[in-house]
This record gives sequence, C-alpha cells and structure tokens, in this order.
Amino acid sequence: MEMVNITIDGKKIQVPKTATVLEAAQSAGITVPTLCYHPELRPEGACRVCMVEVEGARSLVASCVYPVNEGMVVRTSTAAVRDARKTVVELLLANHPQDCLSCQRNLNCELQTIAADLGIRKIRFEGEKKHYPLDANNPSLVRDQDKCILCGRCIRACSERQGVHVYSFVNRGFNTTVSPAFNEGLEEAPCTFCGQCASVCPTAAIVEKDDTAAVWAALSDPKKHVVVQTAPAVRVALGEALGMGPGSIVTGKMVAALRRLGFDRVFDTDFSADLTILEEGNELIERLSHNGKLPMITSCSPGWVNFIEILYPDLLDHLSTAKSPQQMFGALVKTYYAEKTGIDPKDIVSVSIMPCTAKKAEAVRPEMKSSGYQDVDFVLTTRELGRMIREAGLDFEKLAKEEFDAPLGISTGAGVIFGATGGVMEAALRTVAEVVTGKPLDCIDFHGVRGLTGIKEAEVELGDLKVKVAVAHTLANARMLLDKIRAGEADYQFIEVMACPGGCIGGGGQPVPVCADIRQKRVDAIYDCDQCSTLRKSHDNPAVKELYDTWLGKPLGEKSHKLLHTHYHPQERG
Amino acid sequence: MSNTEKKCCCGGNDGKHFAQLDEILVKYQGVKGALIPVLQEAQNAYGYLPKDVVKRIAEKMNIPASQIYGVATFYAQFHLNPRGRNIIRVCQGTACHVRGAKAVLKAIEDQLQIAAGQTTPDLQFTIETVACIGACGLAPVMMINDDTHGRLTPAIVPEILKKYS
Ligand code: SF4
Ligand code: SF4
Ligand code: SF4
Ligand code: FES
Repeated sequence: MEMVNITIDGKKIQVPKTATVLEAAQSAGITVPTLCYHPELRPEGACRVCMVEVEGARSLVASCVYPVNEGMVVRTSTAAVRDARKTVVELLLANHPQDCLSCQRNLNCELQTIAADLGIRKIRFEGEKKHYPLDANNPSLVRDQDKCILCGRCIRACSERQGVHVYSFVNRGFNTTVSPAFNEGLEEAPCTFCGQCASVCPTAAIVEKDDTAAVWAALSDPKKHVVVQTAPAVRVALGEALGMGPGSIVTGKMVAALRRLGFDRVFDTDFSADLTILEEGNELIERLSHNGKLPMITSCSPGWVNFIEILYPDLLDHLSTAKSPQQMFGALVKTYYAEKTGIDPKDIVSVSIMPCTAKKAEAVRPEMKSSGYQDVDFVLTTRELGRMIREAGLDFEKLAKEEFDAPLGISTGAGVIFGATGGVMEAALRTVAEVVTGKPLDCIDFHGVRGLTGIKEAEVELGDLKVKVAVAHTLANARMLLDKIRAGEADYQFIEVMACPGGCIGGGGQPVPVCADIRQKRVDAIYDCDQCSTLRKSHDNPAVKELYDTWLGKPLGEKSHKLLHTHYHPQERG
Repeated sequence: MSNTEKKCCCGGNDGKHFAQLDEILVKYQGVKGALIPVLQEAQNAYGYLPKDVVKRIAEKMNIPASQIYGVATFYAQFHLNPRGRNIIRVCQGTACHVRGAKAVLKAIEDQLQIAAGQTTPDLQFTIETVACIGACGLAPVMMINDDTHGRLTPAIVPEILKKYS
C-alpha cells in the first residue's frame, strides 16, 4: 500500500494514501467528533461536526471526506475548530427537543455525548423547532423525527447494508425529513423491522418499541406465572449495556438477574434452537430424498422472513417450514410445559429476550397462536433488558452466576451458535451428518461456514451425499443469493440467511454503538460458549430427546406439524 | 396498503391507466439520468404524480420508490396530490405578512375546508402558499390561476372564490 507522510497535531505519521484525514487522526489516537460518519457506511460529509484545520486550505474541512496527501499538516483542536464544531452542534440542538432526561437514549446518545464533550453550556441560537407525529404503528420500532438530526445514516444502512431502501431525504430546507416513500409508516413501507436503522441512529430518532412496562406489570401480578427465554446472542452482548466490555459472556449473571427481576422460570431459547435443528434438519433430509424444493433456506430470522415475503414472494417455497426457535419455544410453553406442571396456560405469561426488533413483530403474527393463545406474549430486546436491570438497581457485574431452569433451559453448543452467522448451518450439519450416516462425526467444527465474510459457500459430505451450502448475513447479501436462485444459477441444497450483520449477535436490538470489531468479539464469545459445552450436537440434548419420547413423537410428526411448523404469505407493501 | 394498483383518481383501472406512462417509460428506456424527465412527462400526462404511477416508475426504472419520492418532494414543480382546476396561491411574503396574510389564508382555508397544500374533494380548488409574487404594493395578495387579487381582507374572500366555483 502506498503511504504518505502527514503531520497531525504536531505528530508525524504515515498513513495509506487512500485514507481520509479522519482515519489518519484515528490511527494517531486522536478523537475527532463525528455524527453523520459511520465506519461501515459510505461517508457523506453532511453534518460538518468533524471539521479540522488543514494548512493551506481556505476553510475548515470535513475530515471524514477529506483525503490526505503528502506533507499535509492538520490541526484537530484549534480555537477556530472548536468554535466551529460548537456552532454546528448548537445549531442542531436549537432544532432538537433536548429532553434528554426522559429520553430512551439518555446516557447512550451520540448527540448528547458530543454536546457534553464539546462543553456546550448555552445554545446561542433560537428558532422554530420541527414537530412531526410519531411513527409508532408497528410492533417493532418507533420513529421520532423531532429527534432526527438528518445525518442520513439510517438511509445508508437500510440501502447499503440491507438493500431495502426504505428511507430517503424528503422535502427540503427547514422541512427536510428522513422518511419512507409517501411519508408512510414503516408498516406500509417495505420495511423488514430488522432494526439496523435503529442500530446506526446516533440519537433517539429510531428506537425499539419499549415493551418493558407490560413486562413489569406481568411480573408484579401474583396470579401470573411468568416464564422467560433468552436468545443465544443476548448472553454475549448484554454485558455491554451494563458497563462490561464487548465479548463478555454473561450467561450466568443474566439468569441470576432475570430471577431477581421476578421471573418464575428462566429458560433458554438454545433449547428450542436444538429442537429447530431436529425439525429443520429432518426437513432437509426429507427434501433431499424426496425431490423437495431446493435449496431449502432457513427461516429463523424474522427480518429475513419479512424480506422474502415482501420482496421475493415467488421464492417462499424455499423457506423451511420450521418455526423460529422463539416461536417453537412459545408454542411449547403454553402446551407441553403447562401440561407437565399443571399450570393453566391462560395464567402463563411468556416473555422472550431477543437481540432483535423483528422478533417483536414475529410474536404478533396471527398464525403464531398454536397453543390457542398468543404463544409469545412479550418480546424484549437486549437493550430493554439492560434498562430493566438498571431500573431494578442490580449490580450486574457482582451477581453470582446461576443456572437455567430445567427442562426448557437445557441445551447444547449447537443451540448457542445460532447466535452467529453460519451457526444454524453448522448446527444443522452436525445433526444431519450423523442422522444420514448413522455414525458419529470425527470433527464437528465446520470452519468453512464460520466468520464474517458476507457470503460463505462450502461443500460438505454427508456419507455418500455431497451437499453444497451457502451462508449469507445482511439482507443485501441475501438478495444476491435470491437473485441467483431466481436466475436458476444457484446449485446449493441448503442456505442459511440472517438479516443482520454477523447474525443475531449484530441484531437490531443489541447494545449500541456496535462496529465490526465488537461484532467479532461477540462471535468469538459465542464459539467459546460452544467449545465449553459438554454437549455440542442438538440431537444429543437430553431434554429434547425426552420431549420427543414422552410427548411430541418424532420430528415432522403430527404434533410437530401443528406446533412447530408454519407457513408464509406474500406481504404487499410500498 | 394492498390494491393500490387498482385505485386511481381517473375512474377505475381499466388496464389503460398506465398506457401513457408506459409510453413515456419506453421512450426513456436505457437513458441515463432520465428520472426527472420521466417524472415531468408523467406529471403532464396525469396532472400530478399519483402513488401508483410513482410505484410503477420505481419498478420499471429499478429505482427505489423512496428515492423517487425524495426527488419529487425536493423540487417544487412536482405534485404528489391531485391538483384542483383552480390554483390559489396566497402570498406569505414579508409585505403581505405584515398586512394580515395569515388571516386571509385562514379565511380561504375555512371557506374551502382544506389546509394550504391541499385540494378540495371536488377538485375545484388547490390552496398553495408562496413566498412573494412581486405585487407587494397590493398586499396582502393572492393569485387564482393567472388573476391577481390584492388588498385582501378575510371578509371579501368568499365573494372572490364564488367567481371560480
Ligand atoms: S436524542 Fe439524545 S440529545 Fe436528543 S433528547 Fe435524546 S438523549 Fe438527548
Ligand atoms: S428496520 Fe431494517 S428494513 Fe426497516 S427501515 Fe430499518 S433498516 Fe430498513
Ligand atoms: S433517523 Fe437517526 S440515523 Fe436517520 S437521519 Fe435521523 S438521526 Fe440520522
Ligand atoms: S462526520 Fe464528517 S461531516 Fe458528519
């Protein structure tokens, strides 16, 4: 790589010729405030908060879009720079509600942090403030345009990362907003509820719909038996919301905290992830051996299911009919578990903790009532659980580890890797290989499907059977695979798709801010959890075996069909 | 939400609704940067840019509807709602403002029971506000189509509007 020499705040450094001034500053350990810039999205140079002084330039430059060149001299914190940045932020705040104390992003907001860092004490400008109605007609996300600073990150995340293109800048001047086409609500736009826009939004302009009040109410109702399931990806990210470093594995503390909050039983979605593997794995074998629709595509990511229902309805036959682990779990809690414990299902409140905003929408799909009740009553994101733990005043880091309750808290390493891209595929391969060959695998680590490459392909031998598989994460990557299928150019038998970058660990309901580095740490933590499990194959899960033996019958059997499988339908939207 | 394709303002979808649009789209097929001219011609053909027309342009030109909507709302020349046979432009410039343009606008809105930017259900009137029409001597002033009406008071609004209904 060709390098250039520059001087930045008196420090001489070498940086790649293609770097921006911002990247150069960061590599020298200098923090330049940014708002519209996001390390994983195309820079736009819109907000000007990243201004710096470049010797010889006529005015201050926006460092996030300004290229370096040989001999350049940069100053990032002169009086003029600091004053200009303050002006920019004060202008933003002049048209902002400034109700931090009662804001969902209080203490976790980039605008607030920058205002604090820049030492803003007084806002010198006064003017009309915008006022728009909330967009809150969907189960997953709330948009409050009054808090929008027009940085455009959500537009870029939805277009570049997800390929869905829900938002654009609308109108101009003072009336500019960031909105879906025709100013429709997200439920009318082609939105998948994946929450990636919320994940990149620096303020509270796009947030998860907060369902904590309903859960607190259930917890304090003595007549209710409140059970909770926690998704695999939550345990490797929740710590971040409570002051711990990225990649901390907090499974035991999380279980303890949930008990302190008052949940009657603390169960694990990993259990139903194992169950999903048995149903979905057998479905794959069935499709392979009986000329079924191939490639079969996984269906556990509800943002992904929305995507294909909205944009590729002609390919719905490819989706596995297996429900997601959340919904399998929900269906069992109010049937199997209710029967076993003799608790009336109408008194059970079933809560799930998910890394995902789309899960909130999945839970209220009309077909998700196999138990005769809404199978999952409330879905909280990792962020919401973090807030509940803080509200309860628990000292999370000091909590002693506790274990999940049996039987729906028993799981294997195959269940936990569902949280990372490639994990469902790997878990399925571990089981399918042994079912097909009838022999234990020599090596159960399928490294070819791991990692953060956008689309991974691998060829796997299952006995005499050679299977070609693909794994995609983010919807933009999924789209490429779907286009291949449409064009008849996909020779895969099995595809895993996760809507979010890195899989669920990068979900739209996970702690923010997040970047590739943090996602990698969460992924590593997930595989550590797998490595440390005594059981690492779903079909070895004793609680799942017992469930089949005593109650469910066999995978793809009649009861499974009724409780654990679903159907899909095209969604006509924007 | 659904069936938007079947709704249109010009009397049901007999399959011919898009005929004009499709001609325009064919004309610009493969032309780079054709979005703006396509929107202009579509607006000429339909009087405004109905939602189903925007959606069809999005589909045929392979441009996200959100982006087209962004472009169409950026330029004042594009209209996303049907426009009335009579366009009322009420000046809200400084001179008119100090002479009571707000009250005049309110009187018009009350009389027609629509807000500025909207069109009456019978498509008789559209109310728009403009920054200045260069007739400050007559403030407060409005234009209806090509006629200028000056020295307005809320009281004479009904009389003027009567002439156009
Ligand atoms: S979005 Fe940020 S700056 Fe705005 S009110 Fe909320 S916490 Fe404060
Ligand atoms: S939730 Fe996902 S699909 Fe919907 S607007 Fe946000 S990024 Fe786009
Ligand atoms: S909604 Fe959030 S991400 Fe989108 S432009 Fe506004 S502040 Fe930026
Ligand atoms: S961060 Fe550079 S212009 Fe916004």
